Amino acid sequence: MADLSIEFAGIRAPNPFWLASAPPTDKEYNVTRAFRAGWGGVVWKTLGEDPPIVNTASRYGAVHYNGSRMAGFNNIELISDRPVDVNLREIVAVKRAWPDRAVVVSLMVPCNEESWKRMLKRVEETGCDGVELNFGCPHGMSERGMGSAVGQVPEYVEMVTRWCKQHTRMPVIVKLTPNVTDIRAPARAAKRGGADAVSLINTVQSITGVDLDRMTPEPVVDGQGTHGGYCGPAVKPIALRMVAELARDPELKGLPISGIGGISNWRDSAEFIALGAGSVQVCTAAMHYGFRIVEEMRDGLANWMDEKGYGRISDFCGRAVRNFVNWEDLNLNYVTKARINQELCIACGLCHIACEDTSHQAIAVHRDGDRRRFEVIDAECVGCNLCMHVCPVTGCITMEPQPNGLPRLTWKHHPHNPERLEAAE
Amino acid sequence: MKQIGDIAAGRLSEAELAANFADVHPPLSLDEALIEASRCYFCFDAPCVQACPTGIDIPGFIRRIATGNLKGSAVKILEENIFGGSCARVCPTEILCEGACVRNTQEERPVKIGLLQRHATDWLMQRNMQPFERAQPTGKKIAVVGAGPAGLACAHRLARYGHEVVVFEAKPKPGGLNEYGVAAYKLTDGFARREVDFLLGIGGIRIEYGKTLGKDLSLGRLRQDYDAVFLGLGQAGVKALGLDEAKLAGVEDAVAFIARLRQTADKRTIAVGRRVVVIGGGNTAIDAAVQARKLGAEEVSLVYRRGPEQMSATQWEQDFAKLNGVQIRHWAAPVRLLGEAGVVSGVEFARTRLGPDGALTLTEERFTLPADMVLSAIGQVFIMPATDEVPRIEGGRIVVDADRQTSLARVFAGGDCIAGPDLTVQAVQDGKCAAEAIHRMLSGKRED
Ligand SMILES: Cc1cc2nc3c(=O)[nH]c(=O)nc-3n(C[C@H](O)[C@H](O)[C@H](O)COP(=O)(O)OP(=O)(O)OC[C@H]3O[C@@H](n4cnc5c(N)ncnc54)[C@H](O)[C@@H]3O)c2cc1C
Ligand SMILES: Cc1cc2nc3c(=O)[nH]c(=O)nc-3n(C[C@H](O)[C@H](O)[C@H](O)COP(=O)(O)O)c2cc1C
Ligand code: SF4
Repeated sequence: MADLSIEFAGIRAPNPFWLASAPPTDKEYNVTRAFRAGWGGVVWKTLGEDPPIVNTASRYGAVHYNGSRMAGFNNIELISDRPVDVNLREIVAVKRAWPDRAVVVSLMVPCNEESWKRMLKRVEETGCDGVELNFGCPHGMSERGMGSAVGQVPEYVEMVTRWCKQHTRMPVIVKLTPNVTDIRAPARAAKRGGADAVSLINTVQSITGVDLDRMTPEPVVDGQGTHGGYCGPAVKPIALRMVAELARDPELKGLPISGIGGISNWRDSAEFIALGAGSVQVCTAAMHYGFRIVEEMRDGLANWMDEKGYGRISDFCGRAVRNFVNWEDLNLNYVTKARINQELCIACGLCHIACEDTSHQAIAVHRDGDRRRFEVIDAECVGCNLCMHVCPVTGCITMEPQPNGLPRLTWKHHPHNPERLEAAE
Repeated sequence: MKQIGDIAAGRLSEAELAANFADVHPPLSLDEALIEASRCYFCFDAPCVQACPTGIDIPGFIRRIATGNLKGSAVKILEENIFGGSCARVCPTEILCEGACVRNTQEERPVKIGLLQRHATDWLMQRNMQPFERAQPTGKKIAVVGAGPAGLACAHRLARYGHEVVVFEAKPKPGGLNEYGVAAYKLTDGFARREVDFLLGIGGIRIEYGKTLGKDLSLGRLRQDYDAVFLGLGQAGVKALGLDEAKLAGVEDAVAFIARLRQTADKRTIAVGRRVVVIGGGNTAIDAAVQARKLGAEEVSLVYRRGPEQMSATQWEQDFAKLNGVQIRHWAAPVRLLGEAGVVSGVEFARTRLGPDGALTLTEERFTLPADMVLSAIGQVFIMPATDEVPRIEGGRIVVDADRQTSLARVFAGGDCIAGPDLTVQAVQDGKCAAEAIHRMLSGKRED
């Protein structure tokens, strides 16, 4: 059986599945239940300075997509609304009861060195394993000069990280906001400031919907709404790209990454790890189904690793990064054609209409009596694979590579590229 | 056409028979399984789990199907129910897991738990994977009598714990009623046998065939020679109609008829009446009636002495029989078998009703159904083998406690030979619970 244990930025955990800083990690009661269910670690709900913040009712918006609930999730919640003392006492108790699990404490205090220094000292006394700096919260806190207001300015990220590294011996993880144009800038800043790791993504600024009767963005708070932070399965692709972007950045080489965003099962986790994450964090999926989802994540990942012959997480961590390249590095001489398996085809015609109306008119309809038959016109097919995605039958349309004997040719060398490089080799 | 005694084999062609006896619930395709899995809400403290006698973590295994973790899914199932493959095919899910699915309340369409269970277990078995490893040998030996679902589930769990198990089976084949009793269209393609082979793959289990308790073995001796004994004897007897049935050709016990059908390599050799009357109201009656139709009987009537609500056959089974052209008649009890020259020609029934005290009474009203074949399916009974030591028996079944321990020390029992629903899944649960208790008992002993 594969070994799921990890060491992330010097923090050990029996498995890479951590709960992200959010309501599931808000208090001892929840965290104890989470550890009992088998989570490898938690990032405690973000602590701020007293007096605690105040939250609204309601707090959540959701995108239910085609009968699938919470495909996307949005919140306008702030950081912990409980006094610092209470949180710290509970952190002490939890860490003492669960010494083998990772307990990282998320922090967000005003942007001055004294505040950070004071808070770090108190947190260090809890015996926790590390801190995560919440530079990501995109609503409520940012208007007060915290959260993503810091995370969006690389200079601030660097400065605060440096303060923290100066005032604590604990590993410092910097949590990044995705609400920036280039995710590498704050990550590089964190590294310059001495961060031991980065984690991403925090939530994406969003409005999940509008109540058209009340003419108010959701969630509605007494007739008004505000933008919130988007998360859940819908943000996974965005998060994956950002994680991969950091993993392949030569300037960030060696900086551990904790992957967050839409992770719901072992497969999502494996994808983040393959793109360079050394641990993963989960919030929405736990809020949807409870802590027991970790069971499936653990045995699913272990079974898959066994099947692939990976003994440890580090055996495949970052394995997909080298294949994540820029567009200009893709082989333009590589040709595929769509193939429809007529035995699997249920003749819905979705491939045809998608191709006919919006693409390359490469799927013809034939009528044999009252049965319709859809066939690819090879001469027109550009291998875009839209048809494969619209087809409701798994494996019915495949993209078959067409060996053409042509050498690899990228845009860098393509004759249509006015700035092409002359063949060097 | 013979006027009476029209019993013949080969009423249908090979192709027709193949179609008739194909899987009643064919397996799900990958897409079907994914769509079905996505319908599961992953309920908290799920009612389906409560409703499964073996307590399989149903939402857990379905979630694993959804995430492509088929091995994990199958292991989840087999952890609680090593007969998860056959239970997926034979369980009356409409009154068990699927009957409890919360979707029934919302839309009257439960998640197809049985078929999903089959999807996952098939995946594992097709790859010849063993879900569990045997623990280090403990040196303890347990005798199991009966290689039916109860006995083998017990044997498997004990073998997992490292104990050595010898199973004594009267018949030449393992599987109990999975092999001889369950309808042919529920367990197709030799599945019963394949499943037993899969289960024995854990090692540490030896089956001795042709060994009958009460004939070749005595319970006293087994108790001496083994650390514990498990009795999974099933129900060897059948209730008689009490109408001199033995004297007429064409009158048969339904279980024997089904066993013949299950054991033949070629269903064209199985003789069936042109007009068949089945007497009884349970699943055995339904199975016999439907299989008679599927063999080519022209007219099949199932006659039950009470109403549809009192039938122990589930609503689904009753509908299934009707769909297959079986006429179900209620409120009639057989009073006389009619025959000519030693051959059955029909059955005379009395109409019944409930008396004022709620007891079933026969009325004066009579009717006759002509029949070439009469199948009796009014219930099986447990017969305790005649042996030197006999556990306490009450209401015709072996008495056990919650651990499935009998009145005799170190003797446990489960399955159809104890009280409870006579279902494969219940037999598995009994065998599993007994094994856990035996293991606790034996490991406790080791600590002394
Ligand atoms: C026709 C029919 C159809 C059924 N269909 C279904 C169905 O669709 N779904 C469902 O859930 N349940 C069904 N059942 C019930 C189900 O088959 C039983 O509940 C289940 O098989 C009980 O398991 P068991 O191990 O207790 O007994 P059995 O399966 O009866 O196994 C007992 C074993 O012990 C052996 N044995 C008996 N006496 C001795 C002895 N003295 N010495 C040695 N060996 C002995 C027998 O040969 C047999 O192999 C059906 C039953 C019948 C009769
Ligand atoms: C209700 C809610 C509250 C959150 N609060 C915090 C917080 O206090 N600190 C923080 O760093 N992130 C917070 N987050 C963001 C999550 O930690 C996580 O980064 C984000 O939800 C993406 O992961 P997911 O898709 O698994 O939910 C919160 C998210 C939600 C849904
Ligand atoms: S064993 Fe039977 S009752 Fe239990 S979950 Fe499977 S199909 Fe349902």
